[in-house]
Amino acid sequence: MNKPFAITLNVGSSLANKTGTWRTFRPTYIKRLPPCNNACPAGEDTQGWLYHAESGDYETAWRHLTQANPMPAVMGRVCYHPCEGACNRGQLDSAVGINSVERFLGDEAIKQGWKFEAPSKETGKRILVVGAGPSGLSAAYQLRRMGHQVVIFEAGPLAGGMMRFGIPKYRLPREVLDSEVQRIIDMGVEMRLNTKVEDLLKTMKDEKFDAAFLAVGAHIAKRTAIPAAESAKILDAVAVLRSMEGEDKPMLGRRVVVYGGGNTAIDVARTAKRLGAEEAIIVYRRTRDKMPAHDFEVEEALQEGVMMRWLSTIKHVGEGAIQVEKMELDENGKPVPTGEFDTLEADSVVLALGQDVDLGLLNGVPDLTFQDGVVQVGDNMMTGYAGIFAGGDMVPSDRTVTVGIGHGKLAARHIDAWLNGTTYVKPAKPELANFEKLNTWYYTDADKTVRPMLDIIRRQSTFDEVQGGLNEDNALFEARRCLSCGNCFECDNCYGVCPDNAVIKLGPGKGFEFNYDYCKGCGVCVEECPCGAIKMESEQT
Amino acid sequence: MGHQDVKFYQTGTFTVGNRLLPPEQRSVQSEIERTNSLNCGHRACQGCGEALGARYAIDAAMRATNNQLVAVNATGCLEVFSTPYPETSWQIPWIHSLFGNAAAVATGVAAAAKVRARKAGQQLPEVRVIAQGGDGGTTDIGFGCLSGMFERNDDVLYICYDNQAYMNTGVQRSSATPPAARTATTMPVGEHPGNDWGQGKNVPLIAMAHGIPYVATASVSDLRDLEYKVKKAMSMRGARYIHIFVPCPLGWGSASHDTIKLARLAKETGLFPVFEAEYGEVTNVSKIRQKQPVEAYLRLQRRFAHLFGKKPQVELIARFQAMADQNIHKFGLLGNDKAVVGFPDSEHK
Repeated sequence: MNKPFAITLNVGSSLANKTGTWRTFRPTYIKRLPPCNNACPAGEDTQGWLYHAESGDYETAWRHLTQANPMPAVMGRVCYHPCEGACNRGQLDSAVGINSVERFLGDEAIKQGWKFEAPSKETGKRILVVGAGPSGLSAAYQLRRMGHQVVIFEAGPLAGGMMRFGIPKYRLPREVLDSEVQRIIDMGVEMRLNTKVEDLLKTMKDEKFDAAFLAVGAHIAKRTAIPAAESAKILDAVAVLRSMEGEDKPMLGRRVVVYGGGNTAIDVARTAKRLGAEEAIIVYRRTRDKMPAHDFEVEEALQEGVMMRWLSTIKHVGEGAIQVEKMELDENGKPVPTGEFDTLEADSVVLALGQDVDLGLLNGVPDLTFQDGVVQVGDNMMTGYAGIFAGGDMVPSDRTVTVGIGHGKLAARHIDAWLNGTTYVKPAKPELANFEKLNTWYYTDADKTVRPMLDIIRRQSTFDEVQGGLNEDNALFEARRCLSCGNCFECDNCYGVCPDNAVIKLGPGKGFEFNYDYCKGCGVCVEECPCGAIKMESEQT
Repeated sequence: MGHQDVKFYQTGTFTVGNRLLPPEQRSVQSEIERTNSLNCGHRACQGCGEALGARYAIDAAMRATNNQLVAVNATGCLEVFSTPYPETSWQIPWIHSLFGNAAAVATGVAAAAKVRARKAGQQLPEVRVIAQGGDGGTTDIGFGCLSGMFERNDDVLYICYDNQAYMNTGVQRSSATPPAARTATTMPVGEHPGNDWGQGKNVPLIAMAHGIPYVATASVSDLRDLEYKVKKAMSMRGARYIHIFVPCPLGWGSASHDTIKLARLAKETGLFPVFEAEYGEVTNVSKIRQKQPVEAYLRLQRRFAHLFGKKPQVELIARFQAMADQNIHKFGLLGNDKAVVGFPDSEHK
């Protein structure tokens, strides 16, 4: 008892007092699904690759991105970026320019010569991919990564599909497309150009393919019966855009009328303008807001001097002029004829009314189902015939490059599982990190970086790329505008704001842990987490 | 404010840390090696603002003084919940005497440190002194000792953790309790429910009137600013005063998870102006970033529930708004406005 006066106990630490027993609610770290990832038709982990780009580690970001999509330089130009439409930052100031950062990473990869790694093992399985468009290339890339032998049969003279023969150069420079295709071939994918598959089952048998993925696209222009003079010049959009890739450019004349309201119609009108047409007029039977074309493309076309004739149908095509009938919308928004007619001068008319699929290669394959001119596939992307899978524009879906990339990836996973005699099960989606889950107080105000646009004169006369890219400085800034929705980005807020010092910081890249011995369950960490990566749950009794 | 906002990064410096910031620009609280002056196992309520504010401030002071620090504590929640005999949560030298004499005890500790320094042949003592207490121990009971410490310009930083009532003894009114607030001694009954209007005192302004080297207000909702002010105070000698706004879920009847949110709202409404002053003159104010109506702040607290019953007390809410607006004007809390309060001292110009 060598203690001072009136002292009977040794000094102790409050660590003896396990305040965690007070808790009725328990915080836990979780990963929620960011809206951008949720919206991506190609299934990219957008938030995940932006995280690496934020620290300037572009190669890791690119490698993370290309797990889902092997062509970021292409997609950073042609994707309609539904991710940006879903981005939570859009509710704060403006959406993160995900598409422009993707393009920056893609261009950086081309500049630095980054290559895909060869597969670590060979499975010995041979897979036939028909069509070297986005879907076929994506499937080939994914299957090769899994160690399968892949041969692509492409009917055309060059790879790329609609990326080459449908999307004009001013949106997608061909050297960009070529380098991203080449990188896939360099993984050991065999590409046979000018090789059309006439009899699928025979080809598979002759060359001992274990499975096939079909992605032949939709290249046959839809026609419509319009009364026309014999000398009238009527072309179709697919042929016009395709011939842009050849030696002989299409002869469209000084006044070009394009009939249709989709993105292809816009592409043709803008191409006509660049070929020297004085007037390029789009005739569409409904109104601008009803157009299937994306609004920014309509806007860009208008800037370049393309004219629009809304609520009109073509009644007759004569020599040097066409007759259009004015339409009006009924109460259901459907266009109905008014009986009023007008004459437009036109040297040629280009029909852009949609495309059909050439299903010739499937002749003689049993057990297939067709509907609306496309092949039906199951959730596993397999047709009715075991071992034959299909994707892209030839199956029911939205016809975009991004959807095609997504189909290729998904089909590859199912093909791999099917070859192994198993079934690929998609992992369950975590709950969505919507705007309400965020504490946006913590984010700095920072407006979106706008990509530079080519000046209008050059847009009207050349096929130079219209939209510029970001440089390293503003790409980094743009990446750092990411709110990291639903996923911890190590801002240390939980570690700092805990009144009980009950959050353990594990160090860079390792995140945090709760010390449940002392956590009283006050919930301040949950409330102050900027990105919604902590969840409060009732304690089990 | 004085600390640097790094605008380039996705969260700037609003968050506690940021993996993209160079280490020297990160907050003390973001470090794995922080002192944790007030350690786990203390018996403060869930979501206690005072426990948080005390760890923020003392950790920052420990860093600023290279761990050469003694803290003197007044009686109050902070003292009671951190040191039930024989346990302590303090990982620093710490002393408690009486409710009202923290400033005086600190003066004594500072004097002793000075004597030891002189005997060792040093000009200034290496060991620095902080006195700390709640609003009761500061603005009421300890006020005489505090004013004495100020006027003698003793080398002490006094930190007041303001949770606006005597919480430890059961939520009784103090001279820092806001008007209309329900406490155990100002019940929401009669003609003027809750605490009276037109009473209480503003101790930061009173401290400024003493002409001491440094006076600042801070909030648990702005860690960077709080750490900057403690660091700055520890770089100075003489009497210094920091008044930290710390919400109390128990006494205010608020949700435990809303502690920081309430502190943020108090600042963003203008009800709690965050500023710093040197020698009686305001030198810096934290501007309001996203202005909020007082209602957003009041509604989250049951001590103001009688303002929002079936018949909302529109007049009283308007009176709160007028208080906030007056602060915004007085301290220049919006845009490029300048503070118009202060006690200019020509000697220190």
